[in-house]
Amino acid sequence: MNTRQQSKLIYSWYGKPLNSDRKLRTSQYKGILITSESSKTETCIQLGDFILVEGMNADQPYVAQLVDLYEDGAQHKRAVVQWFCRLEEIPQNKRKLLKREIPAQEVFFDQVLGYDTDIAAETIIKSIMVLPLHLGEELPIITLNKEQTFYVRQSWDGKCFKVLSPDTFSKLKEANKKRGVITNSSKAFTPSDILTPVKKETESVVRSATKPKNADMEIESKHSTSKSSLAKERHSQRVANNDIKTPTARKKLELNSPTRSKAKLLGCEVLGLLDDDCDAIAPLEPSAPKRKVKFTGEILGSPPKIPCSNDKSKQTSETAEHCQRSSDTMRLSPYTKVKDFHEKDRNLDEEDDDILLVGYQKPSSQMPVLTPRSRRTCAQKTSALIAEQISMLDQEDFSAGSDSSYSSSSEEEEDDDDDDDEPCTPEKNPKSSKIFSTPKSSRKSTLHTPAKTLKKTPSQGTPRTPRTPRNATPEIPRRVQAAQEPASVLEEARLRLHVSAIPESLPCREEEFQDIYNFVESKLIDGTGGCMYISGVPGTGKTATVHEVIRCLQQAAENEELPPFQFVEINGMKLTDPHQAYVQILEFLTGQKVTATHAAVLLAKLFSTPGPKRKTTVLIVDELDLLWTRKQNVMYNLFDWPTQKHSKLIILAIANTMDLPERIMMNRVASRLGLTRMSFQPYTYKQLQQIVSSRLKGVKAFEEDAVQLVSRKVAALSGDARRCLDICRRATEICESARQKRAPEIVRMAHVTEAIDEMFSSPYVSAIRNASLHEQIFLKAILAEFRRAGVEEATVQQIYHHYVALCRVEGLQSPTVSEIMAICSRLGACRLLLVEASNKYLHMRVRLNLSQDDVIYALREE
Amino acid sequence: QHRHLLELLKRTTVHGESNSALIIGPRGSGKTTLLNHVLKDLREMEQVRENLLEDPFLSGLLQTNDKVALKEITRQLQLENVVGDKVFGSFAENLAFLLEALRKGDRSSSCPILFVLDEFDLFVHHKNQTLLYNLFDISQSAQTPVTVIGLTCRQDILELLEKRVKSRFSHRQIYLMNSFDFKQYIKIFKKQLYLPAEFPDESFAQKWNNNVQHLSEDKTVQDVLQNLFHHTKDLRSLHLLLMLASSAVTVHHPLLTAADLQEASRQHSTDSKANIVHGLSVLEICLIIAMKHLNEVYDGEPFNFQMVYNEFQKFIQRKAHSMYNFEKPVVMKAFEHLLQLELVQPLERPSARAQREFLLMKLLLDSSQIMDALQVYPNCPTDVKQWAASSLSWL
Repeated sequence: MNTRQQSKLIYSWYGKPLNSDRKLRTSQYKGILITSESSKTETCIQLGDFILVEGMNADQPYVAQLVDLYEDGAQHKRAVVQWFCRLEEIPQNKRKLLKREIPAQEVFFDQVLGYDTDIAAETIIKSIMVLPLHLGEELPIITLNKEQTFYVRQSWDGKCFKVLSPDTFSKLKEANKKRGVITNSSKAFTPSDILTPVKKETESVVRSATKPKNADMEIESKHSTSKSSLAKERHSQRVANNDIKTPTARKKLELNSPTRSKAKLLGCEVLGLLDDDCDAIAPLEPSAPKRKVKFTGEILGSPPKIPCSNDKSKQTSETAEHCQRSSDTMRLSPYTKVKDFHEKDRNLDEEDDDILLVGYQKPSSQMPVLTPRSRRTCAQKTSALIAEQISMLDQEDFSAGSDSSYSSSSEEEEDDDDDDDEPCTPEKNPKSSKIFSTPKSSRKSTLHTPAKTLKKTPSQGTPRTPRTPRNATPEIPRRVQAAQEPASVLEEARLRLHVSAIPESLPCREEEFQDIYNFVESKLIDGTGGCMYISGVPGTGKTATVHEVIRCLQQAAENEELPPFQFVEINGMKLTDPHQAYVQILEFLTGQKVTATHAAVLLAKLFSTPGPKRKTTVLIVDELDLLWTRKQNVMYNLFDWPTQKHSKLIILAIANTMDLPERIMMNRVASRLGLTRMSFQPYTYKQLQQIVSSRLKGVKAFEEDAVQLVSRKVAALSGDARRCLDICRRATEICESARQKRAPEIVRMAHVTEAIDEMFSSPYVSAIRNASLHEQIFLKAILAEFRRAGVEEATVQQIYHHYVALCRVEGLQSPTVSEIMAICSRLGACRLLLVEASNKYLHMRVRLNLSQDDVIYALREE
Repeated sequence: QHRHLLELLKRTTVHGESNSALIIGPRGSGKTTLLNHVLKDLREMEQVRENLLEDPFLSGLLQTNDKVALKEITRQLQLENVVGDKVFGSFAENLAFLLEALRKGDRSSSCPILFVLDEFDLFVHHKNQTLLYNLFDISQSAQTPVTVIGLTCRQDILELLEKRVKSRFSHRQIYLMNSFDFKQYIKIFKKQLYLPAEFPDESFAQKWNNNVQHLSEDKTVQDVLQNLFHHTKDLRSLHLLLMLASSAVTVHHPLLTAADLQEASRQHSTDSKANIVHGLSVLEICLIIAMKHLNEVYDGEPFNFQMVYNEFQKFIQRKAHSMYNFEKPVVMKAFEHLLQLELVQPLERPSARAQREFLLMKLLLDSSQIMDALQVYPNCPTDVKQWAASSLSWL
């Protein structure tokens, strides 16, 4: 039995093993029971059901269909599933292939190979609905359980989208139909569950508890007859389907639950909250009597793991009963509830609207994980506006026209509740919209509620919402005029020589490329994790090579030669703080934005627990040395994850120094980094030459010798390819400016030499030569003082004496001390001299920043 | 240089090519002027103006760390997270945001940005040189075209860059030197003083300009300028001199004269510490002379008040008739006054425990300065003068 810390879900088999394989010691089952300890609710999920499976991102569990359930030899409960993938799981570049808007509730029949379809049964969250649709078909109107209903139109096999094949389509249809039967059968055992828990408090409770169950079936039939509107039908079906167990607990609430006015109040609250985007069931709490608060809190306390379908239907029935009370009809069965809806539609418009909104919007709230405090404040604010709101609702109701109007308004795709509350909320409810607009509160809620679901994003994205800085899209304004295309050969060459130009291949790094490629490829195929440390001086193509590897791997993955993988890159230099690395990685992986510490926790969980359907992640850590912290916990974590069994994480760490692991890392970090090292040697002149000429292939802009000269020069100094390219680029510029008089020509030795001189020349000598006379004399005085004292340091006072003497020799008026100080500080600003802080005045120590010989050389030649 | 820079910027704007460059030159060599000039020329060009060249201007003195610099950049770029001149979000968010924004652009579609980093050397001292790394990295990759231009007066700037930052910098350096000779200097002098053609009173402008021409040929004026030229080639000091001189111009004294310039030059080059000495009392002068003698005897070693007092006492005993014998507290007071004027400086911070008489001090004046100051000191007793002039303190 697997128990979870938070909600304590207990998974047990439903029914007897269907058949067991003695050899493999596995036994298959046809259903699984999920019991939540805290709320004493139970769900049964059967083969063929559609389920949500825990994923990387708590907001977006995976969608799947249960294909098989079995217990393996080690008594682990396993499930075999057929995956569906959400839009978010499809790579950005592939989404374009769809050529249409994808509603949030649409999923794709997943035919990508390589996903693990065998998952632990404990990762199942709850059951949902997946409806197959034909491609052209409009999405049906959903009235209830929006969160739990998904649609399939197309299948996705990793490369392209296909229309569902007829037999998968029918299979899915079948599954849905079967589901209806299953729910009926599940009802058979439900009463027993209800009796087991501690809920039998009063007789009435029990009565109310059992009754809905029996009524469930009735609803189905009666509904189809009595209500013809599609929306209603769906609604009732949903009720029937999901109402597997009746919430006896809830019933109790209802007994002491509010009067007529309260029902209204609740409705308004829900409204307000929905405006606030904190879609939660919770608002019931604050207004309800204290006892009730406690109770609901308990139920809500175990949010994600409770089969939400239950929860939701409970709520609907509950709210429905609120309305019952308000209309003073003392009926308890859900059947009458529904009927009640109808009646009241006619009679009490305003109330009905409240209820409708409550009833329909509640389901949308999937996981009520709001912090109670914020809920309460929201509720208080909104309740202050009840009266106002009601009148608004009245208006709205008239315009819409009760029941049928609801379905009509909800016809617009799936965003029915968004549609519904949008017209009434933002402009009519100033206070709640204000709540929404305050960036802080809304931000907070988005951060803390994993319940922020798909639905939330569209409503937030509506233009009416005030733009908070967070929503801002980072973008540089477009340029008005298109960039000019290179006109001449030289310009073309310059373009190709720019470091940013991506060459088709990386010459001279074939070996390293192959090594890295093999490393990553093997890890990818094995589905394991690993680290590799790559070092080399700047400009030797480390990052370029790694990126090239990733590109090739992605290409291979697209061609299905390799399992697909995710690619994340972080750069130590682009982080403000080492701990921000967590945030960035998490954002790349799941799109969540959280704080650094929280991100670390989430990532650790992500990488340490076996996740189904998780791709291998290739993480590139550039400028690794900057992730160094005193405790080195960032590095430690980074390199610890790949060693864990289920991480599927491959890390390529890049840094400049070869001995970084030994030098700055603690032993435990270095050992986790492993011994897979690779160092990039600086380019030799031949390699540099090859790089330049490969970039210039087809463009006749450079003399052969000129390229050689550049590469030899650079190779002698640093072997930095960037430098080499920059010099060549500069040479083309010089050539271009020289060319203007004559006919077009190619870059010759002379141009290259000029460029090299420009880049490598020491500025000091020319700086000294262009200094004023007294500055030069001052330098002479320094030299004289150094020679006298034999120490390469002197105070201004000592230099001053020499200076005065020198001035007398030159026949110049000797300057005052203030002027000397001015000269000294000027030279110091150019860093020809190194000077102390100037408050020491005459005792300030002075030192030359270049060798004495240079100064003598510079001064002599006038 | 002007052409070079213009070409460079033109390429960025027209071709969307990313670049980086450093303009290096001593103070007052016209780095910022050059850049502004080039930008002005650039804006006049048609192609460029349409491209809406943006240029965040950052100064190392204002943007003292990367966080502030980033905010300033986003503010000046008017990106979307700017709300009414204020930038929200944390440092990390801002950095990520800006990088994301710049990454989105590409060579052909987004409009080029020109980053000007004044006092570039101060950006080098930011933690990890994150800002520089990122700016240079962008300029070296296929993102939004940017040109990073740094202005600095430090010749050794490249050695301050971290190696990976250095590698990303294109090593395009433009050196500005004050390489003109004296003739050009005179020409600049004239150009600075000439009244512009659009001056309302034409006849006066004519007269003034003639006078300037005349001045520039005057021997004394040339001497003054030569002197200044020898001292510094910084044009700002010339401006300062001319400013001082021309402020003497009044209604009754409408034209500049050579004497004005000489006066200004004298003001310009006076020694500040010697000026202070002029205002001291005789007792304080005596103390300074005592210190000077001590410096000569002990060859620049530090001294304390007691030593100075003893020296002063010896002088009084010999020449008792010329000076009133002050009591020790009075002398102490005078000594403290010198301390406040920073003519003497303690070697270490005065602590509560150490007795003030025995704090080690250093004189911040050179003996030649003292002698010069004494020459012009009014009503100085002859004995004191003699004492100062004598090389042997006990005489």
